[in-house]
Amino acid sequence: MSSGGPHIQARVADVIPVNALIKTFRFEPVDGSPVPPFSGGSHVVVEMNDNGTRRLNPYSLMSDPSDTKGYSISVRRDDFGRGGSLYMHNHVTPGMEMTISYPVNLFPEDARARKHLLIAGGIGITPFIAHMAQMDRRNANFELHYGVQSRSLGQLGDELKRSYDNRVHLYYDDENIRIDLPRLLRSQPLGTHVYVCGPKGMINAVRELAAQAGWPRGAIHSEEFLAPPVGKPFSVELARTGITVEVAAVQSLLEAIEAAGVDPPYLCRGGACGQCECNVLDCEGDIEHNDHWLTPEQRASQKKIMPCVSRFTGSRLVLDL
Amino acid sequence: MMNTAFPPSITTRPVYGLLEPHPGSEHLMVADGEGGGALLDLFAKADGQGIDLRPTAHVIYVRAANGTDMGDRLAALGAARFYHGPSLSAAMPRICKALGDAHMGLQIYLAGTETLIGVVQSEAMKVGYPHDGVHTEHRGSLARRVQCVHCKGITENVTTDPMVCSHCGLHLYVRDHYSRRIAAFQGVNIDAEDPGQVPEMVEKFP
Repeated sequence: MSSGGPHIQARVADVIPVNALIKTFRFEPVDGSPVPPFSGGSHVVVEMNDNGTRRLNPYSLMSDPSDTKGYSISVRRDDFGRGGSLYMHNHVTPGMEMTISYPVNLFPEDARARKHLLIAGGIGITPFIAHMAQMDRRNANFELHYGVQSRSLGQLGDELKRSYDNRVHLYYDDENIRIDLPRLLRSQPLGTHVYVCGPKGMINAVRELAAQAGWPRGAIHSEEFLAPPVGKPFSVELARTGITVEVAAVQSLLEAIEAAGVDPPYLCRGGACGQCECNVLDCEGDIEHNDHWLTPEQRASQKKIMPCVSRFTGSRLVLDL
Repeated sequence: MMNTAFPPSITTRPVYGLLEPHPGSEHLMVADGEGGGALLDLFAKADGQGIDLRPTAHVIYVRAANGTDMGDRLAALGAARFYHGPSLSAAMPRICKALGDAHMGLQIYLAGTETLIGVVQSEAMKVGYPHDGVHTEHRGSLARRVQCVHCKGITENVTTDPMVCSHCGLHLYVRDHYSRRIAAFQGVNIDAEDPGQVPEMVEKFP
Protein backbone atom coordinates (compact mmCIF):
# COMPACT_ATOMS: atom_id res chain seq x y z
CA MET A 1 0.00 0.00 0.00
CA SER A 2 1.39 3.38 -0.94
CA SER A 3 1.52 6.33 1.45
CA GLY A 4 -1.75 7.88 0.33
CA GLY A 5 -3.69 4.70 1.11
CA PRO A 6 -5.17 2.15 -1.29
CA HIS A 7 -6.17 3.24 -4.77
CA ILE A 8 -8.88 2.53 -7.29
CA GLN A 9 -8.30 2.29 -11.04
CA ALA A 10 -11.31 4.16 -12.37
CA ARG A 11 -12.81 5.06 -15.70
CA VAL A 12 -14.36 8.47 -16.19
CA ALA A 13 -17.97 7.44 -16.79
CA ASP A 14 -19.38 10.90 -17.32
CA VAL A 15 -18.40 14.56 -17.49
CA ILE A 16 -21.33 16.93 -17.01
CA PRO A 17 -20.95 20.70 -17.34
CA VAL A 18 -23.04 22.23 -14.55
CA ASN A 19 -22.43 25.88 -15.43
CA ALA A 20 -19.73 28.23 -16.76
CA LEU A 21 -17.35 27.29 -13.92
CA ILE A 22 -18.29 23.85 -12.61
CA LYS A 23 -18.12 20.38 -14.13
CA THR A 24 -19.23 17.15 -12.46
CA PHE A 25 -17.11 14.03 -13.00
CA ARG A 26 -18.29 10.47 -12.45
CA PHE A 27 -15.73 7.71 -11.74
CA GLU A 28 -16.45 3.97 -11.93
CA PRO A 29 -13.95 1.16 -11.27
CA VAL A 30 -12.36 -0.20 -14.44
CA ASP A 31 -13.00 -3.80 -13.31
CA GLY A 32 -16.68 -3.15 -12.59
CA SER A 33 -16.36 -3.96 -8.89
CA PRO A 34 -18.26 -1.83 -6.35
CA VAL A 35 -16.45 1.14 -4.82
CA PRO A 36 -15.89 1.19 -1.05
CA PRO A 37 -18.82 2.78 0.78
CA PHE A 38 -18.16 6.19 2.31
CA SER A 39 -19.73 8.60 4.78
CA GLY A 40 -20.91 12.12 3.99
CA GLY A 41 -18.04 14.62 4.00
CA SER A 42 -15.45 12.22 2.54
CA HIS A 43 -13.00 13.18 -0.17
CA VAL A 44 -10.84 11.29 -2.64
CA VAL A 45 -7.50 12.32 -4.09
CA VAL A 46 -7.54 12.31 -7.89
CA GLU A 47 -4.24 11.67 -9.66
CA MET A 48 -3.58 13.56 -12.86
CA ASN A 49 -0.75 13.17 -15.31
CA ASP A 50 -0.56 16.68 -16.67
CA ASN A 51 1.98 16.38 -19.44
CA GLY A 52 4.59 14.83 -17.18
CA THR A 53 3.62 16.75 -14.06
CA ARG A 54 1.91 14.53 -11.52
CA ARG A 55 -0.93 16.38 -9.84
CA LEU A 56 -2.86 14.99 -6.87
CA ASN A 57 -5.87 17.03 -5.84
CA PRO A 58 -8.46 16.26 -3.13
CA TYR A 59 -12.14 16.58 -4.05
CA SER A 60 -15.19 15.98 -1.86
CA LEU A 61 -17.47 13.13 -2.90
CA MET A 62 -20.91 14.43 -3.81
CA SER A 63 -22.61 11.20 -4.80
CA ASP A 64 -25.08 9.39 -2.57
CA PRO A 65 -23.06 7.40 0.02
CA SER A 66 -25.33 4.39 -0.64
CA ASP A 67 -24.36 4.36 -4.34
CA THR A 68 -21.48 1.88 -4.64
CA LYS A 69 -21.32 1.81 -8.46
CA GLY A 70 -19.03 4.83 -8.50
CA TYR A 71 -18.17 8.25 -7.13
CA SER A 72 -19.02 11.77 -8.30
CA ILE A 73 -17.07 14.94 -7.68
CA SER A 74 -17.48 18.51 -8.88
CA VAL A 75 -14.59 20.73 -9.85
CA ARG A 76 -14.68 24.50 -10.05
CA ARG A 77 -12.33 25.84 -12.72
CA ASP A 78 -9.65 28.17 -11.37
CA ASP A 79 -7.94 29.95 -14.27
CA PHE A 80 -5.27 31.38 -11.98
CA GLY A 81 -4.57 28.27 -9.90
CA ARG A 82 -1.75 25.77 -10.21
CA GLY A 83 -3.46 23.86 -12.98
CA GLY A 84 -5.26 20.90 -11.43
CA SER A 85 -8.78 22.21 -11.97
CA LEU A 86 -7.87 23.37 -15.49
CA TYR A 87 -6.57 19.90 -16.27
CA MET A 88 -9.81 18.35 -15.05
CA HIS A 89 -11.84 20.80 -17.12
CA ASN A 90 -9.78 20.73 -20.31
CA HIS A 91 -8.35 17.22 -20.53
CA VAL A 92 -10.58 14.80 -18.66
CA THR A 93 -13.11 13.19 -20.96
CA PRO A 94 -15.45 10.21 -20.66
CA GLY A 95 -13.69 6.87 -21.09
CA MET A 96 -10.35 8.07 -19.70
CA GLU A 97 -8.70 5.93 -17.05
CA MET A 98 -7.54 7.66 -13.87
CA THR A 99 -6.31 6.65 -10.43
CA ILE A 100 -8.24 7.83 -7.40
CA SER A 101 -7.65 7.14 -3.72
CA TYR A 102 -10.01 5.37 -1.37
CA PRO A 103 -12.30 7.86 0.41
CA VAL A 104 -11.11 9.55 3.60
CA ASN A 105 -13.38 11.59 5.84
CA LEU A 106 -12.07 14.71 7.57
CA PHE A 107 -15.50 16.35 7.71
CA PRO A 108 -17.98 13.83 9.11
CA GLU A 109 -21.32 14.71 10.63
CA ASP A 110 -21.42 14.54 14.42
CA ALA A 111 -24.09 11.92 15.04
CA ARG A 112 -24.66 13.21 18.57
CA ALA A 113 -26.15 16.45 17.23
CA ARG A 114 -29.92 16.90 17.34
CA LYS A 115 -29.88 19.26 14.40
CA HIS A 116 -27.34 19.87 11.65
CA LEU A 117 -27.01 23.43 10.34
CA LEU A 118 -25.12 23.31 7.02
CA ILE A 119 -23.63 26.51 5.61
CA ALA A 120 -21.98 26.43 2.19
CA GLY A 121 -20.49 28.92 -0.21
CA GLY A 122 -19.79 28.24 -3.91
CA ILE A 123 -18.12 24.91 -4.64
CA GLY A 124 -18.09 24.30 -0.85
CA ILE A 125 -21.50 22.72 -1.39
CA THR A 126 -20.06 19.37 -2.53
CA PRO A 127 -19.51 17.61 0.82
CA PHE A 128 -22.98 18.64 1.95
CA ILE A 129 -24.68 16.96 -1.02
CA ALA A 130 -23.51 13.57 0.32
CA HIS A 131 -24.24 14.63 3.92
CA MET A 132 -27.80 15.53 3.04
CA ALA A 133 -28.44 12.24 1.24
CA GLN A 134 -27.18 10.41 4.31
CA MET A 135 -29.09 12.57 6.80
CA ASP A 136 -32.32 12.44 4.79
CA ARG A 137 -32.20 8.65 4.74
CA ARG A 138 -32.20 8.43 8.50
CA ASN A 139 -34.63 11.30 9.00
CA ALA A 140 -32.02 13.49 10.68
CA ASN A 141 -32.92 17.12 11.22
CA PHE A 142 -30.91 19.34 8.86
CA GLU A 143 -31.08 22.70 7.18
CA LEU A 144 -28.86 24.03 4.38
CA HIS A 145 -27.97 27.65 3.75
CA TYR A 146 -26.16 27.97 0.43
CA GLY A 147 -24.70 31.15 -0.97
CA VAL A 148 -23.46 31.56 -4.57
CA GLN A 149 -22.36 34.53 -6.67
CA SER A 150 -25.38 34.49 -8.97
CA ARG A 151 -28.35 32.38 -10.06
CA SER A 152 -26.39 31.38 -13.16
CA LEU A 153 -23.88 29.62 -10.85
CA GLY A 154 -26.51 28.15 -8.55
CA GLN A 155 -27.62 24.97 -10.34
CA LEU A 156 -26.36 22.62 -7.63
CA GLY A 157 -28.51 24.56 -5.17
CA ASP A 158 -31.55 24.42 -7.46
CA GLU A 159 -31.21 20.66 -7.61
CA LEU A 160 -31.01 20.39 -3.80
CA LYS A 161 -34.05 22.67 -3.49
CA ARG A 162 -36.00 20.25 -5.68
CA SER A 163 -34.96 17.31 -3.48
CA TYR A 164 -35.24 18.83 -0.02
CA ASP A 165 -37.55 21.83 -0.54
CA ASN A 166 -37.88 24.04 2.53
CA ARG A 167 -34.83 22.55 4.23
CA VAL A 168 -32.76 24.39 1.59
CA HIS A 169 -32.23 28.16 1.61
CA LEU A 170 -30.48 29.84 -1.33
CA TYR A 171 -28.66 33.18 -1.41
CA TYR A 172 -27.25 35.23 -4.30
CA ASP A 173 -24.42 37.73 -3.86
CA ASP A 174 -25.18 39.73 -7.02
CA GLU A 175 -28.77 40.30 -5.88
CA ASN A 176 -27.56 41.18 -2.40
CA ILE A 177 -29.52 38.26 -0.95
CA ARG A 178 -27.15 37.16 1.81
CA ILE A 179 -27.19 34.84 4.79
CA ASP A 180 -27.91 36.71 8.02
CA LEU A 181 -25.39 34.70 9.99
CA PRO A 182 -25.83 36.32 13.43
CA ARG A 183 -29.61 35.82 13.29
CA LEU A 184 -29.27 32.29 11.93
CA LEU A 185 -26.87 31.28 14.70
CA ARG A 186 -29.03 32.88 17.41
CA SER A 187 -32.17 31.04 16.42
CA GLN A 188 -30.87 27.45 16.57
CA PRO A 189 -32.25 25.02 19.15
CA LEU A 190 -29.89 23.65 21.77
CA GLY A 191 -27.99 20.64 20.44
CA THR A 192 -27.46 22.11 16.95
CA HIS A 193 -24.08 21.57 15.30
CA VAL A 194 -22.96 23.94 12.55
CA TYR A 195 -20.89 22.83 9.55
CA VAL A 196 -19.32 25.29 7.14
CA CYS A 197 -17.49 24.75 3.87
CA GLY A 198 -16.69 27.50 1.40
CA PRO A 199 -14.36 30.46 0.96
CA LYS A 200 -11.96 31.23 3.80
CA GLY A 201 -13.83 34.44 4.70
CA MET A 202 -17.08 32.56 5.12
CA ILE A 203 -15.48 29.83 7.26
CA ASN A 204 -13.80 32.40 9.50
CA ALA A 205 -16.99 34.46 9.82
CA VAL A 206 -19.08 31.46 10.85
CA ARG A 207 -16.46 30.18 13.30
CA GLU A 208 -16.01 33.60 14.91
CA LEU A 209 -19.70 34.52 15.07
CA ALA A 210 -20.63 31.14 16.53
CA ALA A 211 -17.92 31.36 19.19
CA GLN A 212 -18.98 34.92 20.08
CA ALA A 213 -22.60 33.81 20.31
CA GLY A 214 -21.62 31.20 22.91
CA TRP A 215 -21.53 28.05 20.76
CA PRO A 216 -19.19 25.45 22.26
CA ARG A 217 -16.12 24.71 20.18
CA GLY A 218 -17.23 21.08 19.71
CA ALA A 219 -20.43 22.13 17.92
CA ILE A 220 -18.60 24.06 15.18
CA HIS A 221 -17.21 22.08 12.22
CA SER A 222 -15.49 23.33 9.09
CA GLU A 223 -13.51 22.05 6.16
CA GLU A 224 -11.17 23.92 3.91
CA PHE A 225 -8.60 22.35 1.61
CA LEU A 226 -5.86 24.81 0.82
CA ALA A 227 -4.14 24.86 -2.52
CA PRO A 228 -0.37 24.73 -2.09
CA PRO A 229 0.71 28.34 -2.60
CA VAL A 230 3.22 29.42 -5.23
CA GLY A 231 6.47 30.87 -3.85
CA LYS A 232 10.20 31.21 -4.34
CA PRO A 233 12.20 28.06 -5.16
CA PHE A 234 14.18 26.52 -2.31
CA SER A 235 16.11 23.36 -1.54
CA VAL A 236 15.62 20.84 1.23
CA GLU A 237 17.80 18.04 2.59
CA LEU A 238 16.18 14.72 3.40
CA ALA A 239 18.27 13.27 6.23
CA ARG A 240 17.15 9.63 6.08
CA THR A 241 17.27 9.41 2.30
CA GLY A 242 20.47 11.42 2.07
CA ILE A 243 19.43 13.56 -0.87
CA THR A 244 18.81 17.23 -1.51
CA VAL A 245 15.61 18.14 -3.32
CA GLU A 246 14.95 21.35 -5.24
CA VAL A 247 11.43 22.70 -4.81
CA ALA A 248 10.27 24.77 -7.80
CA ALA A 249 8.14 27.90 -7.52
CA VAL A 250 4.88 26.26 -8.58
CA GLN A 251 5.62 22.96 -6.89
CA SER A 252 4.76 22.05 -3.32
CA LEU A 253 7.38 20.61 -0.99
CA LEU A 254 5.44 17.34 -0.93
CA GLU A 255 5.32 17.20 -4.74
CA ALA A 256 9.06 17.85 -4.99
CA ILE A 257 9.82 15.09 -2.46
CA GLU A 258 7.58 12.68 -4.37
CA ALA A 259 9.17 13.65 -7.68
CA ALA A 260 12.55 12.74 -6.16
CA GLY A 261 11.27 9.19 -5.58
CA VAL A 262 10.49 9.41 -1.87
CA ASP A 263 7.02 8.34 -0.78
CA PRO A 264 6.08 10.30 2.36
CA PRO A 265 2.67 9.90 4.01
CA TYR A 266 -0.26 12.16 3.00
CA LEU A 267 -4.04 12.11 2.91
CA CYS A 268 -5.64 15.47 2.13
CA ARG A 269 -2.79 17.42 0.50
CA GLY A 270 -4.54 20.57 1.65
CA GLY A 271 -3.11 21.36 5.09
CA ALA A 272 -6.01 19.92 7.04
CA CYS A 273 -5.49 16.29 8.03
CA GLY A 274 -2.07 16.17 9.70
CA GLN A 275 -0.98 12.97 7.98
CA CYS A 276 2.13 14.50 6.34
CA GLU A 277 3.38 16.19 9.54
CA CYS A 278 7.16 15.97 9.42
CA ASN A 279 9.97 16.61 11.90
CA VAL A 280 12.39 19.39 11.05
CA LEU A 281 15.93 18.43 12.07
CA ASP A 282 17.63 21.68 11.17
CA CYS A 283 16.28 25.01 10.04
CA GLU A 284 18.29 28.10 9.20
CA GLY A 285 15.63 30.41 7.90
CA ASP A 286 11.87 30.74 8.11
CA ILE A 287 9.22 28.10 7.51
CA GLU A 288 6.09 29.56 5.91
CA HIS A 289 3.46 27.53 7.68
CA ASN A 290 0.39 27.56 5.43
CA ASP A 291 -1.46 24.65 7.05
CA HIS A 292 -4.26 24.75 9.60
CA TRP A 293 -3.02 21.71 11.46
CA LEU A 294 -0.03 22.75 13.61
CA THR A 295 -0.58 24.72 16.80
CA PRO A 296 0.87 28.24 17.09
CA GLU A 297 3.50 26.83 19.51
CA GLN A 298 4.53 24.10 17.05
CA ARG A 299 4.84 26.67 14.29
CA ALA A 300 6.96 28.99 16.39
CA SER A 301 9.28 26.12 17.38
CA GLN A 302 10.21 25.48 13.68
CA LYS A 303 10.45 21.79 14.59
CA LYS A 304 7.48 20.65 12.50
CA ILE A 305 6.38 21.24 8.92
CA MET A 306 3.45 20.14 6.77
CA PRO A 307 5.07 19.48 3.37
CA CYS A 308 1.74 19.55 1.49
CA VAL A 309 1.24 23.33 1.75
CA SER A 310 4.18 24.86 3.62
CA ARG A 311 7.27 26.50 2.13
CA PHE A 312 10.66 27.76 3.28
CA THR A 313 12.97 30.73 2.84
CA GLY A 314 16.49 30.58 4.17
CA SER A 315 19.80 28.82 3.82
CA ARG A 316 19.22 25.32 5.20
CA LEU A 317 16.25 23.05 5.85
CA VAL A 318 16.73 19.41 6.90
CA LEU A 319 13.75 17.08 7.23
CA ASP A 320 13.48 13.68 8.93
CA LEU A 321 12.55 11.86 5.73
CA MET B 1 -14.82 25.17 50.88
CA MET B 2 -12.82 25.61 47.74
CA ASN B 3 -12.77 23.84 44.43
CA THR B 4 -11.47 20.26 44.68
CA ALA B 5 -8.05 19.13 43.44
CA PHE B 6 -8.12 15.51 42.20
CA PRO B 7 -5.08 13.22 42.14
CA PRO B 8 -4.01 11.96 38.69
CA SER B 9 -6.06 9.00 37.48
CA ILE B 10 -7.08 7.10 34.36
CA THR B 11 -8.29 9.17 31.42
CA THR B 12 -11.97 8.31 31.79
CA ARG B 13 -12.05 9.84 35.24
CA PRO B 14 -13.70 13.27 34.85
CA VAL B 15 -11.79 16.42 35.70
CA TYR B 16 -13.38 19.74 36.48
CA GLY B 17 -12.42 23.37 36.08
CA LEU B 18 -13.26 26.69 37.65
CA LEU B 19 -16.42 28.51 36.65
CA GLU B 20 -15.81 31.64 34.59
CA PRO B 21 -18.40 33.83 32.85
CA HIS B 22 -18.74 33.08 29.11
CA PRO B 23 -20.50 35.10 26.42
CA GLY B 24 -23.96 33.73 25.79
CA SER B 25 -27.61 34.62 25.37
CA GLU B 26 -28.80 32.71 28.46
CA HIS B 27 -27.00 31.20 31.45
CA LEU B 28 -28.29 28.01 33.04
CA MET B 29 -26.61 27.35 36.39
CA VAL B 30 -27.23 24.18 38.34
CA ALA B 31 -25.58 23.48 41.70
CA ASP B 32 -25.96 21.44 44.84
CA GLY B 33 -24.65 21.93 48.38
CA GLU B 34 -21.23 23.57 48.46
CA GLY B 35 -21.51 24.13 44.69
CA GLY B 36 -23.58 27.18 45.61
CA GLY B 37 -20.30 28.80 46.61
CA ALA B 38 -18.96 28.33 43.09
CA LEU B 39 -22.02 30.16 41.72
CA LEU B 40 -21.55 33.02 44.22
CA ASP B 41 -17.92 33.24 43.06
CA LEU B 42 -19.02 33.13 39.41
CA PHE B 43 -21.35 36.11 39.89
CA ALA B 44 -18.61 37.96 41.77
CA LYS B 45 -16.14 37.32 38.93
CA ALA B 46 -18.68 38.51 36.36
CA ASP B 47 -19.41 41.64 38.39
CA GLY B 48 -15.67 42.28 38.60
CA GLN B 49 -15.47 42.06 34.78
CA GLY B 50 -18.43 44.39 34.38
CA ILE B 51 -20.74 41.60 33.16
CA ASP B 52 -24.24 41.41 34.67
CA LEU B 53 -25.34 37.79 34.45
CA ARG B 54 -28.53 38.36 36.46
CA PRO B 55 -31.00 39.29 33.69
CA THR B 56 -30.15 36.13 31.70
CA ALA B 57 -29.41 33.72 34.56
CA HIS B 58 -31.55 30.74 35.51
CA VAL B 59 -30.23 29.36 38.80
CA ILE B 60 -31.36 25.91 39.91
CA TYR B 61 -30.06 25.01 43.34
CA VAL B 62 -30.64 21.97 45.51
CA ARG B 63 -29.59 21.05 49.01
CA ALA B 64 -26.71 18.59 49.25
CA ALA B 65 -27.18 15.02 50.45
CA ASN B 66 -25.00 15.99 53.43
CA GLY B 67 -27.41 18.79 54.35
CA THR B 68 -25.42 21.81 53.12
CA ASP B 69 -27.85 24.48 51.93
CA MET B 70 -26.74 27.88 50.58
CA GLY B 71 -30.13 28.67 49.05
CA ASP B 72 -30.71 31.93 50.92
CA ARG B 73 -27.45 33.49 49.77
CA LEU B 74 -28.11 32.44 46.17
CA ALA B 75 -31.68 33.78 46.31
CA ALA B 76 -30.28 37.15 47.39
CA LEU B 77 -28.23 37.38 44.16
CA GLY B 78 -31.31 38.41 42.19
CA ALA B 79 -31.06 36.09 39.17
CA ALA B 80 -33.92 36.39 36.66
CA ARG B 81 -35.08 32.88 37.56
CA PHE B 82 -34.25 31.05 40.75
CA TYR B 83 -35.35 27.63 41.93
CA HIS B 84 -34.49 26.21 45.31
CA GLY B 85 -35.34 22.56 45.77
CA PRO B 86 -34.83 19.63 48.10
CA SER B 87 -33.03 17.27 45.70
CA LEU B 88 -31.64 16.88 42.21
CA SER B 89 -34.42 14.47 41.28
CA ALA B 90 -36.98 17.11 42.30
CA ALA B 91 -35.21 19.64 40.05
CA MET B 92 -34.76 17.33 37.04
CA PRO B 93 -38.04 18.13 35.24
CA ARG B 94 -37.20 21.84 35.46
CA ILE B 95 -33.66 21.22 34.17
CA CYS B 96 -34.92 19.11 31.26
CA LYS B 97 -37.51 21.75 30.35
CA ALA B 98 -34.85 24.48 30.44
CA LEU B 99 -32.59 22.43 28.14
CA GLY B 100 -35.44 21.53 25.81
CA ASP B 101 -36.57 25.14 25.39
CA ALA B 102 -33.09 26.63 25.00
CA HIS B 103 -31.30 27.91 21.92
CA MET B 104 -27.63 27.73 21.00
CA GLY B 105 -25.90 30.47 22.90
CA LEU B 106 -27.06 29.02 26.21
CA GLN B 107 -24.15 28.62 28.60
CA ILE B 108 -24.39 25.73 31.06
CA TYR B 109 -22.60 25.99 34.42
CA LEU B 110 -22.60 23.03 36.82
CA ALA B 111 -21.14 23.10 40.32
CA GLY B 112 -21.07 20.84 43.32
CA THR B 113 -20.90 17.06 43.58
CA GLU B 114 -19.84 14.75 40.77
CA THR B 115 -23.34 13.29 40.76
CA LEU B 116 -24.96 16.65 40.07
CA ILE B 117 -22.38 17.60 37.45
CA GLY B 118 -22.50 14.21 35.75
CA VAL B 119 -26.27 13.78 35.73
CA VAL B 120 -26.98 17.25 34.32
CA GLN B 121 -24.12 16.97 31.81
CA SER B 122 -25.64 13.69 30.64
CA GLU B 123 -29.02 15.44 30.12
CA ALA B 124 -27.26 18.15 28.09
CA MET B 125 -25.63 15.42 25.97
CA LYS B 126 -29.06 13.87 25.35
CA VAL B 127 -30.24 17.06 23.69
CA GLY B 128 -27.12 17.07 21.49
CA TYR B 129 -24.94 19.51 23.44
CA PRO B 130 -21.20 18.63 23.41
CA HIS B 131 -20.22 17.28 26.82
CA ASP B 132 -17.05 19.35 26.85
CA GLY B 133 -18.98 22.55 26.17
CA VAL B 134 -20.42 22.45 29.69
CA HIS B 135 -18.59 24.49 32.36
CA THR B 136 -18.01 22.60 35.60
CA GLU B 137 -16.50 23.10 39.04
CA HIS B 138 -16.34 20.47 41.77
CA ARG B 139 -17.10 21.43 45.35
CA GLY B 140 -18.24 19.57 48.40
CA SER B 141 -18.57 15.86 48.96
CA LEU B 142 -16.60 13.36 46.89
CA ALA B 143 -19.46 10.82 47.21
CA ARG B 144 -19.86 8.81 44.02
CA ARG B 145 -22.74 7.50 41.98
CA VAL B 146 -21.80 3.89 41.22
CA GLN B 147 -23.19 1.45 38.72
CA CYS B 148 -22.90 -2.24 39.58
CA VAL B 149 -21.48 -3.80 36.40
CA HIS B 150 -23.24 -7.07 37.30
CA CYS B 151 -26.87 -6.08 37.96
CA LYS B 152 -26.62 -2.57 36.40
CA GLY B 153 -28.29 -1.04 39.45
CA ILE B 154 -27.08 2.39 40.47
CA THR B 155 -26.23 3.22 44.08
CA GLU B 156 -26.12 6.90 45.03
CA ASN B 157 -23.82 8.68 47.48
CA VAL B 158 -21.20 5.98 47.81
CA THR B 159 -18.47 7.08 50.20
CA THR B 160 -16.70 3.77 50.89
CA ASP B 161 -14.60 1.32 48.93
CA PRO B 162 -15.51 -1.50 48.75
CA MET B 163 -19.26 -0.89 48.95
CA VAL B 164 -22.36 -3.03 48.88
CA CYS B 165 -24.57 -2.79 45.78
CA SER B 166 -27.94 -1.53 47.00
CA HIS B 167 -29.66 -3.65 44.32
CA CYS B 168 -28.01 -7.08 44.24
CA GLY B 169 -25.98 -6.99 47.43
CA LEU B 170 -22.61 -7.86 45.88
CA HIS B 171 -19.49 -6.34 47.38
CA LEU B 172 -18.10 -3.94 44.80
CA TYR B 173 -14.69 -2.39 44.22
CA VAL B 174 -15.28 1.22 43.10
CA ARG B 175 -13.21 1.95 40.01
CA ASP B 176 -12.23 5.35 38.59
CA HIS B 177 -13.71 4.04 35.33
CA TYR B 178 -16.56 6.46 34.52
CA SER B 179 -19.51 6.43 32.13
CA ARG B 180 -20.53 9.88 30.91
CA ARG B 181 -23.77 8.50 29.46
CA ILE B 182 -25.12 7.26 32.78
CA ALA B 183 -22.98 9.62 34.88
CA ALA B 184 -21.68 6.83 37.11
CA PHE B 185 -18.46 5.17 38.21
CA GLN B 186 -18.22 1.42 37.70
CA GLY B 187 -18.37 -1.01 40.62
CA VAL B 188 -16.92 -4.50 40.11
CA ASN B 189 -17.41 -7.51 42.40
CA ILE B 190 -14.38 -7.63 44.67
CA ASP B 191 -14.74 -11.22 45.98
CA ALA B 192 -15.75 -13.01 42.80
CA GLU B 193 -12.77 -15.39 42.92
CA ASP B 194 -12.69 -15.91 46.68
CA PRO B 195 -16.26 -15.48 47.96
CA GLY B 196 -16.31 -13.90 51.38
CA GLN B 197 -12.77 -12.47 51.12
CA VAL B 198 -13.86 -8.83 51.28
CA PRO B 199 -11.32 -6.20 52.31
CA GLU B 200 -12.33 -3.83 55.06
CA MET B 201 -14.55 -0.93 53.94
CA VAL B 202 -12.68 2.36 53.99
CA GLU B 203 -14.22 5.81 53.62
CA LYS B 204 -12.50 6.92 50.41
CA PHE B 205 -15.00 9.45 49.05
CA PRO B 206 -15.99 11.64 52.03
